[in-house]
Amino acid sequence: MDLISELTQYLISGLTSGAIYAIIALGFTIIYNATEVINFAQGEFVMLGGMVMIAVDATGRFPLPVSFILAVSSVTLVGVVFQRLAIQPVRRPSAITLIIITVGASIFLRGVAMLVWGKDPLGLRPFSGVSPIAVGGATLTPQSLWVLSVSVVVMAGLQFFYKHTITGKAMRACAFSRRAARLVGISVDRMVLISFALSAAMGAVAGIVVAPITLCGYDVGTMLGLKGFCAAVLGGLGSSPGSILGGFLLGILEALGAGLISSGFKDAIAFLILLVVLFLRPSGLFGPREVKRV
Amino acid sequence: MPAFFRHHLLHVSAFALLMALVPFMVTSRYYLNLFIFIGIHTLLTLGLNLLMGYAGQISLGHAAFFGLGAYTSGILTVTYHVSPWPAMGAAVLVTIMVALVIGVPTLKLTGYYLGMATLGFGIIVNICFRELSGITGGPSGLVGIPPLSLGGVVLDEPRYVYYLIWGVTLGALAVSLNIVDSRVGRALRAIHDSEVAARASGVDTARLKIWVFVVSAAYASLAGSLYAHFVTFISPSSFGFMFSVKLVTMVVVGGMASVWGAVFGAATLTALPEVLAAFHDYEILIFGFILMVVMIFLPQGLTRGFLDLAERWRFYRRGIPAAKV
Amino acid sequence: MVSDRVLLETESLSKSFGGVHAVQEVSFSVRQGQIKGIIGPNGAGKTTLFNLITGVYRPDRGSIRFDGERCAGLAPHQMAERGIARTFQNVELFERMSVLENVMVGRHPRTRAGFISAAFRLGGARGEERLIREKALEILGFVGIVDKAEWVSSALPFGLQRVLEIARALATEPRLLLLDEPASGLNAVETRDLGRLLGRIRDRGITVLLVEHDMSLTMEICDEILVMDYGRRLAEGTPREIQRHPQVIAAYLGEELVA
Repeated sequence: MDLISELTQYLISGLTSGAIYAIIALGFTIIYNATEVINFAQGEFVMLGGMVMIAVDATGRFPLPVSFILAVSSVTLVGVVFQRLAIQPVRRPSAITLIIITVGASIFLRGVAMLVWGKDPLGLRPFSGVSPIAVGGATLTPQSLWVLSVSVVVMAGLQFFYKHTITGKAMRACAFSRRAARLVGISVDRMVLISFALSAAMGAVAGIVVAPITLCGYDVGTMLGLKGFCAAVLGGLGSSPGSILGGFLLGILEALGAGLISSGFKDAIAFLILLVVLFLRPSGLFGPREVKRV
Repeated sequence: MPAFFRHHLLHVSAFALLMALVPFMVTSRYYLNLFIFIGIHTLLTLGLNLLMGYAGQISLGHAAFFGLGAYTSGILTVTYHVSPWPAMGAAVLVTIMVALVIGVPTLKLTGYYLGMATLGFGIIVNICFRELSGITGGPSGLVGIPPLSLGGVVLDEPRYVYYLIWGVTLGALAVSLNIVDSRVGRALRAIHDSEVAARASGVDTARLKIWVFVVSAAYASLAGSLYAHFVTFISPSSFGFMFSVKLVTMVVVGGMASVWGAVFGAATLTALPEVLAAFHDYEILIFGFILMVVMIFLPQGLTRGFLDLAERWRFYRRGIPAAKV
Repeated sequence: MVSDRVLLETESLSKSFGGVHAVQEVSFSVRQGQIKGIIGPNGAGKTTLFNLITGVYRPDRGSIRFDGERCAGLAPHQMAERGIARTFQNVELFERMSVLENVMVGRHPRTRAGFISAAFRLGGARGEERLIREKALEILGFVGIVDKAEWVSSALPFGLQRVLEIARALATEPRLLLLDEPASGLNAVETRDLGRLLGRIRDRGITVLLVEHDMSLTMEICDEILVMDYGRRLAEGTPREIQRHPQVIAAYLGEELVA
C-alpha cells in the first residue's frame, strides 16, 4: 500500500472510532451541563449497550432494530436507576465524593457484566453485509458506514432536541444557571434525571454500533469512557460541538499514532493528549476560559 | 528511643507487639503470606490516605507509583545485578522524580480534572510496563527478582519477610501519625476543608500538595520494591487501574483522614477476598458496591464515620456540641 | 493614633472578567492605624478589590504597594507572610477542625516546621507546636471564645463563626486586616460586639480595612470611607464627608441617611 492510501485507511478508521468517542463525549457533556458532575461510569453504559445487544440478539428471536431498541431502553433504565440510587441521595456532593461514587458504580457494573456474560469478549454480527467498500486505495467496511451514519443521526437528533423541544430548551437553561432555571419553574430534578437517561441511551448506542467491529467484553467500558472524556476535554468540557470535534480529532490522532508510531501505545496517545490539554489549556480547544470566583 | 516514636508511643508499640506475635500464632504459610500482603497494602493505604484523606486530593493512578517502585527494583536487580537495597533506594528516588514531574502540573488541577489526570497518568505508566518489553519483560513480566537480605541473612523465608515489611510499615505508620498531628498536617486538612482560606492563612497550598503527593508516592514506591523482592515476579496486571481503585477503596473503608483507619481498611479488604472462598468472582462487584454505599451514606469513610458518631456521643455527654475531628 | 504613614496603596488597579470591568482604575490608600471602610452597591467591585489586594487575582493593570513594597502578582500565602490577613464574605472555616485548630492553622506563616521535622518529630518542631497552641489560645481569649476551643468549628453559632474567622486571621500576626462584610448575618447585639472587637484590634496596632453594608456600623467605627460604584472609585473621605457627598447620595446612600 502506498502512503496516500495508507493514510486514507488511517483516516477512515480514525473517523470511525472518532464517531464513537464523539457520542461518548456528548454523554459526558449532557450530564456535566445539567449537574456539573463528571460521570466516571459513562463508559459502562457503552459496554452495557454492547453486551445487552449481543445477549438479546443471541436469543435469535428479534430482528436487529428490535434488539437495538430493547438494548438502548434497558441501558437507559440503568442510567435512571443509577441517578436515583447513587447520585441523588448524596447529601453533600463534592467532587471527590462523586468521583468515588461513580468510579464505584463503574466497577460495580463491570462486575455485574462479568458475572452475567463471563470474562471472554463476545462479537455481534454486522448490521449489513461484510464485503468492504473501496475508497481511494483504502477500504471501508459497511459497519464503519453504520457507525458514521448513526453517529450523525444521534448528533443531529441531539441538536434538534436542544434547539426545538421544550425539554431540550429547559435543559439548556439548566446548563446556564440552575438557580435561574428553577426560578422560571423548570424542574431541575427532572432535567437531571433526563440528562442521565439521555446520556446512558447515547452511550448504549455507541456501544451497540461499535460491537461488530471491536468485540465487546465486560471490561471495555473504562477505556472507552476515558477516551470519551478525553474527547470532551479536548473539545472543551460542556460544549456539544466541542465534544463532536474533539471526538473526531482524537480518533484521527489515535489512528495516525497507532499506524505510524506503534499500535501498542495506541491507548497511551489519548491519555497523553488528555494530560497535555489539561496541563496547558484545561478549557479545551473550544470551551470558554473558566473564571474562578471566590 | 528516638523522639519521633514517643508521641504515639503507647498505641504504636502496643500494635507493634501484637504484630510481632503474629508469626508465632500463625504457622500456616498461606496465612503468613496474607499478613505480608496486608502489610504491603497498609503501607500503600497510609500514603494514599495522606494525599486523599487528609489533603483531599484524589489519585486514581496510585498503582503507577507502586509499579514504578516494583519495576525499578526489579529491573535494577535482574538486568543490572544491582544489589537489592541500593536498588530500593534508587526506586524511591526514581518514583519521587516522576511524582514531581507529574505532580507539579497535575496538582494545579482540581476536582474531576485531577481525578481524570491521575487516572490517565496511571494508565500511561501501565501501558509503558506492558509495551516497553525490552526493559520490563512486557506483558509476561519480570522473573527472578532476588530476595532482600539483612546482615548476611537472605530474607527468603516468609517469617523474615513478614518482620521486614511490618517493620517498614510500622515506621511509616509512626511517620504518618506524626505528620498528621503537626503544623503540616493541620495545613493539609485545611486545604481539604477550604483551599482559599488555607491560602489566605499563609499556607503555600501548591507546594504542600506537591510535598504530600511526593511523600505518598514514596510510600507506594517502597511498598512496590518490598512487594517485588517478596514475590520475585512482577507483571503489568498487578499495577493497573483496578489496583488503583482497590487502594482508593481501602482508604474509603478505612475512613478518609484516619491513620489507624488506613490499617483497618487495608487489612479488611486484603483479608476479605481470601477468607470468603466464593469472593473471587464477586470481587470487583463488591469493591464497587462498597465504594458507592460508603460514599453515599458515610462520605467521611466507614471507620471515620463510626468514630465521628462515637466521639460525638462522648462530647455530647460533656456538653460540647459535635466532635472534634 | 492614625499615623501619616501609608501602609497600603493601590494605583490605577484594574481587573476585568470577560467583558465585565470588575475593578477599574482604583487608586486609594490606607494609613497605618486606620479603620477604613469600603462601601458600594452589590457588584461595585469591593470583593474583587479585596481579592486583588490579597493576591487571589492578579491585576490586569496597576500596582499595589504594601508598606512600600510592590506586591501585585504575589500569591495569597505570600501576602499573608507580608502581613495581610483576611476574612471572607461567606465564612470560610476549616469546618471539620476544632475551633482551636482553625486558629492554629493561622500560625502557619509565622512558624517553620516542615514535612521532615514533622515526620520525625524533631526537637524544634515539638517546641514550636507548643508555642503555636499557646498563641492560638491567647488569641481565642482575646476574641472571647476560648471556652469553645474544643468545639468543632461548624458547630459554632454563625456570629461566632465570624469571630473565629477573625481570630484565625489575627493568628497570622497581620499588620493589615481585611474584613469582607463582617457584620452580615449578625444580629444587633453581635454587630455591636463586633464593633467593639474591631476597636480593640485597632488598639493592638492593627490597621483594618473592611467592606460593609451595615451603614451605622461603618459610619460609627471607620475613620475613612472609600465609596465604589461600577468598579470605580466614587468618593473617599471621612464618614461626615461621605454622608454629604452629593454623588454618593445619588448613587448609593439614598435619602434616608441624609435626613
